[in-house]
Amino acid sequence: MKPPVAAHREEPEANVEPRLVVEQLNAHFGAFHAIHDITVKIPERRVTAVIGPSGCGKSTFLRCLNRMHELVPGARVKGRVVMDGVDIYDRQVDPVRLRRHVGMVFQKPNPFPTMTIRENVLAGLTLNGVKIKDPDAVVERTLTQVALWSEVKDKLDQSGMSLSGGQQQRLCIARVLAVEPSVILLDEPCSALDPIATARVEELFFELRERYTLVMVTHNMQQAARVSDYTAFFYMGDLVEFDQTPRIFTNPKESRTEDYVTGRFG
Amino acid sequence: MSNRTHLLVPAEGERRRKIRSTLWLGLCGLSAVVVILPLLSIFLYVVQKGAAGLSLSFFTELPKPVGEPGGGMGNAVVGTLTLIGIASAIGLPIGILSGVYIAEVGRGKFADWIRFFAEVLSGVPSITIGVFVYALVVVPMKHFSAFAGGVSLAIIMIPTVTRTTEELLRMVPPHLREASLALGVPEWKTSLFVVLRTAAPGIATGIMLAVARIAGETAPLLFTAFNNRFLSTRVDQPIASLPVQILTYATSPYQDWQQQAWTGALVLVVVILVLNLLARLGTRTRIGAKS
Amino acid sequence: MTTSSDTQVAPKPVSAPAPPDASDIRTGGAHLGDRVFKIGTGAFGALVLALPFVMIVMLYSASRPSIAKFGPAFLTGTTWDPVREEFGALPFIWGTVVSSIIALVIAVPVSLGVAIFLSELCPQKLRRPLGFLVELLAAIPSVVYGFWGVFVLVPWLRDSVEPALIRWFGFLPLFRGQPLGFGMLAAGLVLAIMIVPTIASISREVLRAVPDTQREAAIGLGATPWDTIRRAVLPSARSGIVGAVILGLNRALGETMAVTMVIGNRPKISTSLLDPSYTMASVIANEFTEADKDIYISALSQIGLLLFGVALIMNLVARWLVANVRKRSAGKAS
Repeated sequence: MKPPVAAHREEPEANVEPRLVVEQLNAHFGAFHAIHDITVKIPERRVTAVIGPSGCGKSTFLRCLNRMHELVPGARVKGRVVMDGVDIYDRQVDPVRLRRHVGMVFQKPNPFPTMTIRENVLAGLTLNGVKIKDPDAVVERTLTQVALWSEVKDKLDQSGMSLSGGQQQRLCIARVLAVEPSVILLDEPCSALDPIATARVEELFFELRERYTLVMVTHNMQQAARVSDYTAFFYMGDLVEFDQTPRIFTNPKESRTEDYVTGRFG
Repeated sequence: MSNRTHLLVPAEGERRRKIRSTLWLGLCGLSAVVVILPLLSIFLYVVQKGAAGLSLSFFTELPKPVGEPGGGMGNAVVGTLTLIGIASAIGLPIGILSGVYIAEVGRGKFADWIRFFAEVLSGVPSITIGVFVYALVVVPMKHFSAFAGGVSLAIIMIPTVTRTTEELLRMVPPHLREASLALGVPEWKTSLFVVLRTAAPGIATGIMLAVARIAGETAPLLFTAFNNRFLSTRVDQPIASLPVQILTYATSPYQDWQQQAWTGALVLVVVILVLNLLARLGTRTRIGAKS
Repeated sequence: MTTSSDTQVAPKPVSAPAPPDASDIRTGGAHLGDRVFKIGTGAFGALVLALPFVMIVMLYSASRPSIAKFGPAFLTGTTWDPVREEFGALPFIWGTVVSSIIALVIAVPVSLGVAIFLSELCPQKLRRPLGFLVELLAAIPSVVYGFWGVFVLVPWLRDSVEPALIRWFGFLPLFRGQPLGFGMLAAGLVLAIMIVPTIASISREVLRAVPDTQREAAIGLGATPWDTIRRAVLPSARSGIVGAVILGLNRALGETMAVTMVIGNRPKISTSLLDPSYTMASVIANEFTEADKDIYISALSQIGLLLFGVALIMNLVARWLVANVRKRSAGKAS
């Protein structure tokens, strides 16, 4: 079940376009300065892992990319995140609109309990009052993308909560896919799942990177090494190092990175 | 599916959704305002009209017959205090000890049923309680009495006190009970002198709220305690009370009686407000001290 | 007397105190206390448990003469004439039901709005004081509400609202009649104000029980704040809110003083909201002490029994609904 690790990393990475350009990003929780002057280019249609010890700011960073950090009372963001030539923090940009383009999958699977599987998949569209031309096609397409279609096609009208943990998480990913974002943020998407479910969700990431840009926070270094093309190492609110994943794990430039990936702390 | 986004261009129907969202949220905010308005109106009115009659004589004098100026509601104030006293004497032991049983002693269905029927009791209309106590106490005694009034108020108190006691006893950390038992203290002493004592401040808060509630009750007193023009603290005689007196004066056609009713309402509302505030502060300091 | 500095003597062996005689652990000393305690508190608990039953029994026996004499016609009779000993309770049932419905129609949207505001929208600092103010509404005694109703609400209705209603909507049977101020509309309004805190505080609790992960899921999908509330929060809270509404209705049914003071107290069924009316609780409050004949008292007791029965059923249904929501959300949180 192990995905071919080396295969996709042999191509030259020089001309990969950045999807998100982060410039001098700072975030506060009240007086607490959580992340400092983060500058990084998130490459398009790749999986970028964000790793680091607990409390290093990786989740905060992730939530700045879809402007969910600012929903916390007392939270503040400074800096730029540029997507398609537009700073998402520009006053003219509507955060609600942004989140249709930058989707998020959460740590604990959270399908809507009062909705069926099919309603859950379509929720991103029905919640926003979007008229769907062919809902069945959308449901089938997205559930196929997350490799759930064959498992649930006969029980689409059952509650979303009737699925196992791994299936629920894949359902949540399908729900995000139905909205057709171009970037998908994942906040420790497998930490609530068992190893088998984790493996199946990780397989998914391989297929998804064909069409989407993935940014994934994980505290599991092996997962980062397995799944991602690029890795960003955060430590105490700073972006210590960002590079292609093989290099981070075999030949990091910074000693702090090396200490972390070799398990000396964290 | 294109990979280019249009962050500055609204999506289809987006503006409509945003306007609708703002409208609905605005309505919710408006409801909050609408709810506060009558509260403010009542307070302002009661304070404005009641303050005029506020004086020492209000508390010390007795009602004068119709036509004679002056007088006060001294008997009603004393009466309400007496009724609260009787109600507490009956209702507090029953409520607290029932709560102790449910939380500390009972294991299984019986305790659950007690809790259930206490909830049922709390939903009974207070006027029906008055009718019940009339049949239970007034008829055998052959006249109205403060005791009957106290009983009806106690019945109203009991569910609240039981529930509060149970909740607070459950909040006491189990290791306190275990420490006491490990020292060889028998279970019943542990329950009463360790657990109950720890929960006592919180229970006192609940009692304050229960007292605030019964201080304002009128309906059940109408045919249990009835009313009394004179000052009386006798348990076996009818007794005046602030709410009933307010009712009598408010619905009368006499201006100075109405004025006194406003003052009575002011006193009642202030007492209830103070009790509620104290109860709130009591809860907050407890939680603050714990964290 | 040797000083301590030159005491090098080994301490005298002191015999340890004899271990306490353990044979008393089997005596009943402590057990007796426990047993008395258990039985005593259990007895008080049983008393609480028995009270509702005792109430039903006493109310029933007080109502029996009336039940025997009038039978089911009591519930459908429209004449309430103590002098001629004709007792029909329908006007009071009507008054109670209609005033409660008016109260619900007004109170439910407002309470939900307040609950949503407090739970989802309100800035943190305002939350406690605002919540306290809403609770204060529940603490004001019924008689004060009635008093305020008579001197503030009724004149306002009589002078501003009702004339306007007659002018614009007078073609409807709902709004025909004289602008008295007192009447069904006034009673419905006062009741609405009084039950808002009940519905709002329980709804607020129910909304708070919906886990944040659901809100996050909706926000992450790009939903507007209102859509998040409407589609991701409210559906889960639905049965709890229904329970809250039923509890509010329960309170409205039993409300006595405020209603009595503004409803006009006329036992006549009318389709107009502007006309005076009479509720079950009000007639008991007004006439019980003046009832001179046994059958009169019995009829009033029967109304009390009716009130008790309806309130009981509603209370049970409501609490079951609210408990269900709590159970579901507690299960999910684990």
